[in-house]
Order: sequence, then C-alpha cells, then structure tokens
Amino acid sequence: MSELVYRGEIQLTRYLADDGTPLGPLPGWAQGPDPLTGYYRQMVLARQFDTKAIALQRTGQLGTYASLLGAEAIDVVTACLMQPSDVLVPYYRNHIMQVIRGAEMHEVLLYWGGDERGNACPGMNQDLPNCVPIATQCLHASGVASAIKIRDEKRAVLTMIGDGGTSKGDFMEAINVAGAWQLPVVFLVNNNQWAISVPRSRQTCAQTLAQKALGAGIRGEQVDGNDAIALHEVISRALEQARQGKGPTLIEALSYRLSDHTTADDATRYREQSELKAAWEREPVQRLRNYLHQCGHWDESREQALLEETKTTVQSAVEQYLATPSQPVDDLFDYLYEECPPGLAEQREQARQKMAGGEHHE
Amino acid sequence: MSNAITMIEAVNLALARAMTDDPDVILLGEDIATNGGVFRATVGLLEQFGERRVIDTPLAETMIGGLAVGMSTQGLRPVAEIQFMGFIFPALDHLIAHAARMRNRTRGRLHCPLVLRAPFGGGIRAPEHHSESTETLMAHIPGLRVVIPSSPARAYGLLLAAIRCNDPVVFLEPKRIYRASKTLVEDNGQALPLDTCFTLREGGDITLICWGAVVQETLEAATRLADKGIGCEVIDVATLNPIDHDTLLASVSRTGRCVIIHEAPRHGGMGAEIAATLAEKALLSLQAPIRRVTGYDAVMPYYRNEQIYLPSVEDIMSAVEQTMEFV
Ligand SMILES: Cc1ncc(C[n+]2csc(CCOP(=O)(O)OP(=O)(O)O)c2C)c(N)n1
Ligand SMILES: [Mg+2]
Repeated sequence: MSELVYRGEIQLTRYLADDGTPLGPLPGWAQGPDPLTGYYRQMVLARQFDTKAIALQRTGQLGTYASLLGAEAIDVVTACLMQPSDVLVPYYRNHIMQVIRGAEMHEVLLYWGGDERGNACPGMNQDLPNCVPIATQCLHASGVASAIKIRDEKRAVLTMIGDGGTSKGDFMEAINVAGAWQLPVVFLVNNNQWAISVPRSRQTCAQTLAQKALGAGIRGEQVDGNDAIALHEVISRALEQARQGKGPTLIEALSYRLSDHTTADDATRYREQSELKAAWEREPVQRLRNYLHQCGHWDESREQALLEETKTTVQSAVEQYLATPSQPVDDLFDYLYEECPPGLAEQREQARQKMAGGEHHE
Repeated sequence: MSNAITMIEAVNLALARAMTDDPDVILLGEDIATNGGVFRATVGLLEQFGERRVIDTPLAETMIGGLAVGMSTQGLRPVAEIQFMGFIFPALDHLIAHAARMRNRTRGRLHCPLVLRAPFGGGIRAPEHHSESTETLMAHIPGLRVVIPSSPARAYGLLLAAIRCNDPVVFLEPKRIYRASKTLVEDNGQALPLDTCFTLREGGDITLICWGAVVQETLEAATRLADKGIGCEVIDVATLNPIDHDTLLASVSRTGRCVIIHEAPRHGGMGAEIAATLAEKALLSLQAPIRRVTGYDAVMPYYRNEQIYLPSVEDIMSAVEQTMEFV
C-alpha cells in the first residue's frame, strides 16, 4: 500500500499582457502614478546606461561588460523595494540595483573598467560586491541572513542569480540551509532563458526553477519578470516576510536575455533570431510605458524630457569615469591583509621601483 | 589559573575564552554542538553559549565556507570547523575566491574576519581521506593566513590570535598530537603573534625548520643528536602564510646548515619555498645544501602503511648527519 505524502505546486503571477493591457483586476496601488512612474524612470535610465556601456566597450574604453538588457523591471523594482538596511548580494548583472542602492554610476563603470574601486563604493554600505563565481553569492546571502537572525534584527537579504546558476550545489545548499534555519533571505532567479549558450531546457528537467524551493521546504513561486506590477507584488511580499521572521522565499522571475551574454559573446552562434524577435514583443520597458500611457500617467513630452535627463546623467557619469586615474602601485598590496606583512612590503617596493623605472606605462 | 592540558583541550579553552570575550564570535560546523565535535574540540560550548552561537550545520562544506564569508561581512567572527581536512576542498572556493579577496576587492569596505579550523595529518589509523596534509594549497593563496599549532600552549595562543585577526585564517590542527602530551597552559587570554616563527630549541650547528605534528619528531631527533654532539636549532614555523622568513634567515645565516621537515608531499611544498628563499638571501652563509625530510609525492597511504610515509625521528637524524658531514 502507498499513500500520497506530499504534493507541491508553483504559482505564476502576472498582471499585464505583453502589450501592457491589464489581464484582470490590478492591485489598488497600481492605479496611481507612484511608484510605477518612478520604476519606469529608473528602467529607462538602466537602458540608457546599458547602451552607453556597450558603446564604451566597443570603442575600447571599457572592459568586457555584462548587459542588463531585458532585466530592467526585475532589477529596478527589486532595488526600489529594498530598504537601506537590507542587504543586496548581487551577481554580475545588477548595475542599476547598485546605483539605486547608493553606488555612483561612474563607480559602476569603474568596476567594468577593471578597477576594484567599483566594488568599494561607500554608498553600497554592507551590500556585497559583484559576484563572478556563479552561485557562490547565494551562500553569502544565507551567511549574511544568519548574522541578521543571530542578532534578532528585522532586515532582509536579497540575492540574485541566473537560471544557469541554479544548477550549482551552492544554490541548492543555500536554499536548503535558509529553510532549515528559516533565514530572512530572498533568492531571486533572473531566468533569462540562457546561460551563455546553454538554454534553460538543458540545465534541468525540472518544469520550473521555482520548484527547487519545494525540495528545500521553502516557499517558491514564479513571476513574470517583464511585468513591473507583478514583480512589485511578489517581491515586496517576500521581502516583508523575511523582515518579519517568516523565512525565505525563492522567486523565479521569467525574463529574456535580450543581449549577448556579455560584450565578448556572439549569441547569433547559438540562438534563433526569431526567438529574440519574439522576446522583444514582451520586453519590460515598453510594456510598462504602454500601461502608463493607458492610465494617462505618461505621455510623449514626459518621455522626451526623461530621455534628455537620463542621457545627461549617464554622460556625466561617463565623463567622471574616464577622468578617473588608475590606482597607485601600492594599492595592489595594501588591501590583502589588515597590515601589509614584511615579505609583501618587499614586493611592493619592487613594484614601486619597476613602475618608477618606467618599464611599464599606464 | 593554569592546568596541564592536551592540545585539543587547549583548542576548546581558546574557543571558550574568545566567545566569553567577544559576543560576535560564533561557532559553526558539522556535529559541533550537541556532540561537541568528533574530536571534542567544542565540547561543553553549546551548554555554555547556547545554540545561537554554537551551531550544528547541515552537512555541506561549500555551505560552511560560504556562510562564514557572509556572516563575517556582517562583523561576526565565525569560527567554522571542517570535520577533517580531507573534506575542506568544497569550502576552498569560498576561501580562495571570496574570503581571501574580500578586503582587496572592496578596497577595504568589507573584510572577512573568519577562521576555518580543520584537523589534519596522518598517524591516527584513520579512514581514507582523513590523513592528508594539504596546507600548501592554502598557503599559496594571497590574503589567506595559514596557521598550524604544534603544542597545547601554541594552540591556545595562536587560535586566540586567529579569531581576533581581521583577516581570514585557516587554522590546521595536527590531530596526531591532539592528545600527545599535557602541558601547563594559562587561560590568560593572551594571544600569540601570527607574524613570527617560534624557536623551540637553540643550537649552533644546524637549523631544523618544521611545523605541525613532526615538530615532535624533530625535537626528539634534536635531543638525540645533542648526545652525539650536534647542536640543533629547532624552529616551528607555525604561520605558513604570511611567513616570517626573517627568523629563518637569521638562524640559517648563523648555523650555515638547514634541514626542513614537513609531513606534506615534497613537490611544490612549503619546504621548497623556504629553501628557495634561503638560497636567494643566505646562499653565502650556507655550508651545505639544504635538505628536506618530507612525505612522499604519493597519495597518503591507507593506515596500514602510513608509517612508511610519515617522516620519522631516524629520517630526520640521518638527514641532519648527512648535512653535517658535507664539506
Ligand atoms: C563557477 C563559474 N563557472 C563558470 C563561469 C563562467 N560563466 C559566467 S556567466 C555564465 C553563465 C551564467 O548563466 P546564468 O546563471 O543563466 O546567468 P546569466 O548570465 O544568464 O544572467 C558562465 C558559465 C563562472 N563565472 N563561474
Ligand atoms: Mg541566464
């Protein structure tokens, strides 16, 4: 004899159709101009920043850069919903989140321009720096959340990860311990359907990534990652539950990577143009603009003014970035230990002499 | 208050002292709370400090490393136990890619004051994967401190220093000597320095450089060699990174002869690094080639044959005698 001992299900939240028309009744807050016009402004800024960063890379003025194209709604809504005392544990695609949370835009450019000061931004407070080793950040998020829980604080931690990253043990270990200890953490998966050249379908035969939460015994749900209203609902609830001591949530936001993986990648090698074209029909910025137009909260003149304004913001960040000199030789050595040990100080002296001798030019 | 205690008891004493002194010190690891650790390093601490600060984790080493990184960025001082060094590798990603780099990557905005403790080395007839010495892998990493005590007093003082240190520390405990002897250790809260070697015995003829469990065999060899009229200076390196080359250089410049003893494999080991530095900076003081007595470049044998692998007192004596005979 056997009996059913467990059954799980995953909900998908969506409010707006691809063209921005409401699919049904909307939450009350979504009728007014705030916070949606604020989100929209940041999303446009994000896209302007992205376009400019790619242009800088193409002209040799920036290193390899990971585009945020297609993730504007996820990143903006999430960053705006986080409190300053919450902790963001980002991956490498969350530039606009960092700006919204207090980094200077030129500092974000510095990071992609090969300079550690892009992770130093005083405005980032306790947020962790960009994380390149895939999925490792999830465990740091659980660690930060453990510290918060040990100290009985009402703060939430939110970490971002891609669809590919959910195949890693770090992710599974992080959601598992978050459940075991009921940690105040939100795991937000940007399922942009691709991990460089490997499609979502080749990562796992799990029907959703959200259902991985079920194995860890935590809440898991899907949200339309191109729908700012749905994102606001789902993410604000998860953050609040974390702050209230009600444990972790895994959210899978469905989006699409509208760019190459990075500026070093050529996506035409592995994906169909038709797929990309179809994804542009669902993209988040246009969708929110359409909705705001329908409500009368937005119009063409505001759009033009915003484009001017964001262009100026980005341009001045670029100028500041380009005018920032490289760090001095000593900075290679001075941040490894609290104090530079004697053996290392000797090497620092050698490096100083090498640079003074003009063997290398910056 | 001082008592004659073993090295494992000294570890326990240092942990209790650090936790009493600083509420930010917390312990995490597998079986460390209720069970007090498989070697009993944390015994009694759950009762004393409660389950918020003495935490049994799920069984996942990557997770232990990653949690410690996250916790430490919040200003906690996590002391994480990896049950055996053979299982430290999944945690290395977090030590190498994150803990060791956090201060540098953020230009000092964040740092990781964490300690990862692990018992290591052979000689206790342990199961497979429980007896290796892979300290060199960690000593190679910029930003990571690697500390190895070799007596109860140094376990106490160095562990306190490691916990108070604002850099990440890998603290490797030679489990073969966990209970080898009892010595007086005063629970005075005094840390030992992490930037210096310890000269355990002075002698004018030859310098013996070692760390970990083989410090015992080295001291024994030095005693026996003294009967033969050879004066050995025995130095416990203790902190492998950043290493105190100055003490080693000063001694070898004086004695002109040197044998380096470690349990880890020879190839690319810390002995090679020390020998190269001595050759670079003290070549003209050397009266004989530097010799090494080490484990073989072979997989650590399962326990029936582990004594073949481990450096013995006789191995050390014969290396010293050959070095002394060189003219
Ligand atoms: C541990 C690790 N393995 C491989 C890489 C190289 N890499 C960088 S991004 C990437 C794909 C990640 O895809 P996904 O998790 O879906 O995130 P996305 O970039 O699509 O947002 C890979 C394989 C890495 N950075 N870290
Ligand atoms: Mg992806």
